[in-house]
Amino acid sequence: MDVKIDQEGCVAAGQCVLAAPDVFDQRDEDGVAVLLGKPSSDQYDATREAALLCPARAIHLSE
Amino acid sequence: MEHVVIVGASAAGSTTAQTLRREGFTGALTVVGEEPHLPYDRPPLSKQVLLGAWAPDRTTFGPSTAYADQGIDLRLNARAERLDLASRRVDLATGEQVHYDRLVIATGVQPVRLRQGHELEGVYMLRTLDDAVALREALLHAASVVVVGAGFLGSETAAAARQLGCEVTMVDTAPFPMALQLGAELGSMIAQLHTSNGVRVVGGSKVTRLCGTGSVEAVELEDGTSLKADVVLIAVGSKPATAWLDGSGLPCGDGVLCDAAPDNVYAAGDVARWRSRRFDQDLRLEHRFNATEQAVAVARRILGKDQPFDPVPYFWTDQYDAKIQVYGVIPPDARVVMTQGNPAERKFVAHYLSGGRLSAVLGWNMPRETRQARSLLTAI
Repeated sequence: MDVKIDQEGCVAAGQCVLAAPDVFDQRDEDGVAVLLGKPSSDQYDATREAALLCPARAIHLSE
Repeated sequence: MEHVVIVGASAAGSTTAQTLRREGFTGALTVVGEEPHLPYDRPPLSKQVLLGAWAPDRTTFGPSTAYADQGIDLRLNARAERLDLASRRVDLATGEQVHYDRLVIATGVQPVRLRQGHELEGVYMLRTLDDAVALREALLHAASVVVVGAGFLGSETAAAARQLGCEVTMVDTAPFPMALQLGAELGSMIAQLHTSNGVRVVGGSKVTRLCGTGSVEAVELEDGTSLKADVVLIAVGSKPATAWLDGSGLPCGDGVLCDAAPDNVYAAGDVARWRSRRFDQDLRLEHRFNATEQAVAVARRILGKDQPFDPVPYFWTDQYDAKIQVYGVIPPDARVVMTQGNPAERKFVAHYLSGGRLSAVLGWNMPRETRQARSLLTAI
């Protein structure tokens, strides 16, 4: 699974971190989402949930 | 084959459709939308689109082929006019009739109009993409702007207009901007934010008349003050778009009453009213994240994956350099306690306490800490 974050579109809601805390984090200074690493297969469901819930639809997955 | 019909093609409607497909719905799926545009996102309208940071089409959700590719029959330019619950049918303004097995209502809200003045040139409302494009064009040529109403939309538009170089006055009947949403204490800080950026903030004042011949020239207040204006934005709130449901027998009351609706009728987004067990009150939220959360919940309920829907609401607003984020529900009587950071530096987290319990957390330019504080709300 490839994960891309549109950091310009990100609204720093942090919902991705709540849904997949092992995959996403937020930058200290502005809260913009960052990727901690490529998700492992047991993190796919949580990563999909994060992409689905993102209120800016800024997370794009290719599987 | 089961047919799900979704009325409303904005965030809630399009998310319901896409979640249904992504999670295995194989029946027929129709999405009906009143506007001519492909489904798009509204929060950027009063921010990036007004400022010109984004071209209007950047707000579009995904490529135009996404709907056909997923087997979603997207009908644009098609306003729903009537619901017949007994025949399970929606009548469209185009004359078409759409039969459903399950119906999702996601028609959102409509801006409230003033009793007078909308016929004047230079008077705008902001709900749609077309509205935002027209307002931006007007702001680029405006000298004096008056924003009537200082909620989310009014405050964000005042900020954008100011950043575009206009002289801006923002008027509201409440003493402070966003007082209704955030309470008086935070409202006074929003007022300072605008004042320090050069906006004239007029609180506790009612607009009596928009003046002008042909084009708007001034906004008249109750105390007789006349504010010069060549552009006026009316942002005095909105009402659920449920007129098309009148006479259908579907229980409505400031929104669609989800808990009283028939089993095959659902609602999501700004139009939906439901009982929150977590906050022990009826809620209807005009927040972007709520549209997504409810859409996902409705899609999963249709798919038989029932999960209780009892979220911690989330909303945000961006004005100038301030990102303000809230988790929870802010009751009018809540007491505000600063817990982290420093309000003087415009970087802090605050707790809202009501009836001896924590009911919301608010962050001002502290996104990470605000998200972390959210866990205090779910721990109760």
